[in-house]
Amino acid sequence: MTMTATRRKARGRGKPYGAKAAPYGFLLPAAVLFALFFALPIGYALWLSLHKAEVRGLGLGKGARAEVWAGLQNYTAALTDPELGHAALRVFGYGAIVVPVMLGLALLFALLLDTERVRARSFSRLAIFLPYAIPGVIAALLWGFLYLPDVSPFHHLLGKLGLPQPDLLDGGPLFASLANIAVWGGTGFNMIVIYTSLRSIPVEVYEAARLDGATPVQIALRIKIPMVAPSLVLTFFFSVIATLQVFGEPTTLRPLTNSIPTTWSPLMKVYNDAFLGGNVYAASATAVVLAAASFVLSFALLKVSNSLTKHRGNR
Amino acid sequence: MSHTLHRRLAATATAVALGATALTACGSSGGDDQADSGPVSLTYWAWAPGMDKVADLWNKKNPDIKVTVKKQAAGDDLVAKIITASKAHQAPDLVQAEYQALPTLVSNDALADISREIGDTEKEFAPGVWQQTTLGTDAVYAVPQDSGPMMFYYREDLFKQYGLSAPTTWDDFAKTARALKKKAPDKALTTFSSNDSGLFAGLAQQAGAQWWTVDGDKWKVGIDDPATRKVADFWGGLVKEGAVDNQPMYTPAWNKALNTGKQIAWVSAVWAPGTLTTAAPETKGKWAMAPLPQWTKGDNATGSWGGSTTAVTTDSRHKAAAAKFATWLNTDPQALAALVKESGIYPAATAAQTSGALAEAPDFFANQPDFYMRAAAIAKTTAPASWGPNVNVAYTAFKDKFAHAAKTRSGFGAALTAMRDATVADLKKQGFEVAP
Repeated sequence: MTMTATRRKARGRGKPYGAKAAPYGFLLPAAVLFALFFALPIGYALWLSLHKAEVRGLGLGKGARAEVWAGLQNYTAALTDPELGHAALRVFGYGAIVVPVMLGLALLFALLLDTERVRARSFSRLAIFLPYAIPGVIAALLWGFLYLPDVSPFHHLLGKLGLPQPDLLDGGPLFASLANIAVWGGTGFNMIVIYTSLRSIPVEVYEAARLDGATPVQIALRIKIPMVAPSLVLTFFFSVIATLQVFGEPTTLRPLTNSIPTTWSPLMKVYNDAFLGGNVYAASATAVVLAAASFVLSFALLKVSNSLTKHRGNR
Repeated sequence: MSHTLHRRLAATATAVALGATALTACGSSGGDDQADSGPVSLTYWAWAPGMDKVADLWNKKNPDIKVTVKKQAAGDDLVAKIITASKAHQAPDLVQAEYQALPTLVSNDALADISREIGDTEKEFAPGVWQQTTLGTDAVYAVPQDSGPMMFYYREDLFKQYGLSAPTTWDDFAKTARALKKKAPDKALTTFSSNDSGLFAGLAQQAGAQWWTVDGDKWKVGIDDPATRKVADFWGGLVKEGAVDNQPMYTPAWNKALNTGKQIAWVSAVWAPGTLTTAAPETKGKWAMAPLPQWTKGDNATGSWGGSTTAVTTDSRHKAAAAKFATWLNTDPQALAALVKESGIYPAATAAQTSGALAEAPDFFANQPDFYMRAAAIAKTTAPASWGPNVNVAYTAFKDKFAHAAKTRSGFGAALTAMRDATVADLKKQGFEVAP
């Protein structure tokens, strides 16, 4: 009785101060973490990208180097640098192989695992997923050794069979070789995402389709794929972003061949500028450009996929 | 993977924030270089294996100055790390740094001038080595630790088999490469590798190149000078005609080529026995070492490839103690003997090069018992090296441009020009004055 009374009393007088502040209190840890580990570093990168080092005389010793305002100088330099353009083109070519092949395979495997009469389902699922658990650098090293003509068993085998032995670390095959590492490592993850959403389709839908006389292939094409479209969009999205950020594989393979320059991908250029060239300012500007490009691209993709789903919904 | 970048930037930002607090915290006690009474503890970032054991020797004898070795990174990565830490005023007291990294570190104000603290240490080292730690000024920025005088290594057995002899001039070297190609087309004398710029720098140094020199208040870049051009054209020609291979070093394929005798020589430095032990274990005892071929018959010069120093940072609050340790580490006979044994380095200190620690030839070269005596004689002929504040940029440009030129076997002239242009452009971009 007394409790109800107090409560009623409290409500009557409006919320006490503590209750009003409570949501902010709950928000605080997240907000602080966000500010410290997300907003602040990004702000710092932006700040760096608008500055440059200025050297006096020979630039040796104390006070020889000062940080000065550079305006948009670093940005114009980054955007007019042909190396960055080349790097972007290379990554585009690489992505044109990786994304369709990886998602195609992931979808195919997911559909196969989802058919009724599949054997050794959990084993196959694990086997396809396993490469994802292998660290990217290790995977790249492993494949790199398999690609190197003089030590590659493939090369040896092709030679034995009298077939042409392409240099897998040069020219066109290089793109396929790099893409292969990504496909090998990423298919399993994407398959799991698609497979999970396949499993959530109610069985009744299939029963109805079968009663209507649909074959398994028709079920896959007309029911399963449209119903997992959202997860396909999601995996596509992840893959595009991962492609834009490719760094580990080409960096690991670079010492093995004359064909991968230190600026093969945009991120490699950023890394080089910052940690080998010692120019964090230029590197920050390039990184911001890269982040903006990813952002715009992701946003455009989302917009397109949203309008597609809406369109289907209206139909 | 840009997560890595974000994380790095985040780390930098946090480090800067923390650094700022640390700075204000110790602001009152600033400039206390002389506060070395009482026990002090020093941190030392180094990558040489077994360095902690050598530091233990010191710690046992000097309980008032405790040195802790931390393996943070190696080579260029450590340079980046030191510069970042230094910006945050969080650098360790002592760092290991390669000779060519010193100007970069000094220009980032990461290294302290220890000329007052180290006394007459200079006399322990060859002038060509010492000059690299002063950058041609009155200051001293580091104490030399090891050096890498370059030599010519060849498979004695295979040379005999093909009727070849160790070349004494580069002209001979080219003839030897061609003769081998004629006798055994599937073999090559050696390879021109584009993935270690230090090799090319050392070869240019031997030819008398001065890549960075000071001209009043300006830097002069000589990467395109006649000496370097001579070296580039020589190797470019050999690669172009197919007399030597064009594949990079330190790959499994390269290991195999050395191990199976597909490549029968290697232009390398005093540390080659260590590399060969792991790269070509089956060829133990089959190699021989000779001085580097010369440009003019009767000359006697070599370049250096690798080698590092111990430097004291500007952030150190105990510079005198740190300098004392650096001097001990690189000149004390006991320390040097331990460095040879534990870290496998070739000491820069002249006396140590002929000391008991190096009396025995490396295992891999047991067939050449006077290995280190000959090495000491070769080390004396090291040509002076000159480094500038953006060696890394030049080295990266070398890797990219020469890799392309080696791949297409199209001569190295254009690659050398591009390497010079990239270096000059970067200097100008950073605001250095560059002499024409």
